[in-house]
Amino acid sequence: MNMPFYVAPEQVMKDRADYARKGIARGRSLVAFRFDNGIAICAENTSSTLRKVSEIYDRIAFAGVGKYNEFDQLRIAGVRHADMKGYAFSREDVDARSLANQYAQSLGQIFTHEMKPMEVEILVAEIGHTADGNDDQLFHILYDGTVVDEDMAVVLGGETDAISERLGAFEEAPSLTEGLQRAVNALAGPDRKLEPASLEVAVLERGTHRRTFRRLSDPEIAELLGG
Amino acid sequence: MNLPLFLVQDDPGPDFSQLLQRTGFASPSSPGGLAPEDYRHGTTCVAIRYADGVLMAGDRRATSGHLISQRNMEKVFPADRHSGVAIAGAAGPAIEMVKLFQLQLEHYEKVEGTALSLDGKANQLSQMIRSNLPMAMQGMAVVPLFAGFDLSRSEGRLYEFDITGGRYEEADHASTGSGSLHAGTVVKLGYSTNMSIDRVIDLAIEALFEAADEDSATGGPDMIRGIYPVVATITADGYRRIGDDDLATRTQAMVERRRGS
Repeated sequence: MNMPFYVAPEQVMKDRADYARKGIARGRSLVAFRFDNGIAICAENTSSTLRKVSEIYDRIAFAGVGKYNEFDQLRIAGVRHADMKGYAFSREDVDARSLANQYAQSLGQIFTHEMKPMEVEILVAEIGHTADGNDDQLFHILYDGTVVDEDMAVVLGGETDAISERLGAFEEAPSLTEGLQRAVNALAGPDRKLEPASLEVAVLERGTHRRTFRRLSDPEIAELLGG
Repeated sequence: MNLPLFLVQDDPGPDFSQLLQRTGFASPSSPGGLAPEDYRHGTTCVAIRYADGVLMAGDRRATSGHLISQRNMEKVFPADRHSGVAIAGAAGPAIEMVKLFQLQLEHYEKVEGTALSLDGKANQLSQMIRSNLPMAMQGMAVVPLFAGFDLSRSEGRLYEFDITGGRYEEADHASTGSGSLHAGTVVKLGYSTNMSIDRVIDLAIEALFEAADEDSATGGPDMIRGIYPVVATITADGYRRIGDDDLATRTQAMVERRRGS
């Protein structure tokens, strides 16, 4: 009779986490931050069709880094979850916290039970109804189901430490122009310059529209970055 | 409510009604033998093409049998940014259909990342009407109008339907509901190509006024309560509802024109 080799659970978890982290670090990072009129998400992405940032619901956005097919699968599940919840109850009952919990449950389950963990890190952002933005929310969810409720800004992907350091702390919500310039400089680092074509920027913007999600076009990004 | 993750071979794609079926939301079953007074009825709507796009308008009356059950019902809705839907028929199923249709378009747009073509949207609505056929045979028919601005052709387009889901694109104007015969005639006589926005709004108000004059189930402008038809335009800039103040002024002007003549 063949006895399986004993592997300590710590080792199994560590191997899986390393595997997931390696996968995530291969891709490019993104920065999300609160600005004075909402939340902006800025990703380094050379493709203009394979999106990292997308709309989930009226006031909720999604962003993912890592393996495209995996976070896209999560994105679609999120859209379905939100649309079904809005259909069954009411549009105002759809909230980011519950969605973030659902993502955390699924990712946690997959991390411990499946052959391989998902090589993704995702963000669920929601803007609240108050004008000062105090109930805006940023949920950062890791490959193993860990949820972190971020305050002003968050970096997802590889090299997060270096990017966070360059980004610095946000004392209070900046204007979109200032925030975006800081985010792009942090993503680029000292030796590179990122062009609008290699950036994907979207905002959740407080205003009169029901659907608050909006993508910024390349000329718009260029203008915000100062030519 | 858990996260709806599907196996690749079992995925419902961008179709919201498929998703509802997969996740166990029951589709409405047809009740037998309801009389018209048991449910509310919606009534006259018109859609007219003009220079910048297309206009949709609908009266505000809902009836249950011989009674007026609501005076301020809305029968014209935005379907998404560049299209609108106007309903006639049994109010309950019609409003539910509009809600599902709006969600279907938004769901598709979010899942796929691009909006459906105008023909695609009309086809979706057609399928929803067809699936309502058993209810329609029980008397609860829903017969909407669909109109929108086709971004790929840069022009307004409009569609009529029948209860079987048959979809008929009209070139210039369309009407639906119990007063549609009268409203349609007024629009037909007053229509000319590339009308200005002012003329097309006046024509729509006039058409609904005539329909209300002849048809008991269509409500006219109610100047005492300040209830006017819902009038909306759909152009390259999107769906826009015309304000009640504007409609009040135009209705007043129409009344004075008629008194004078």
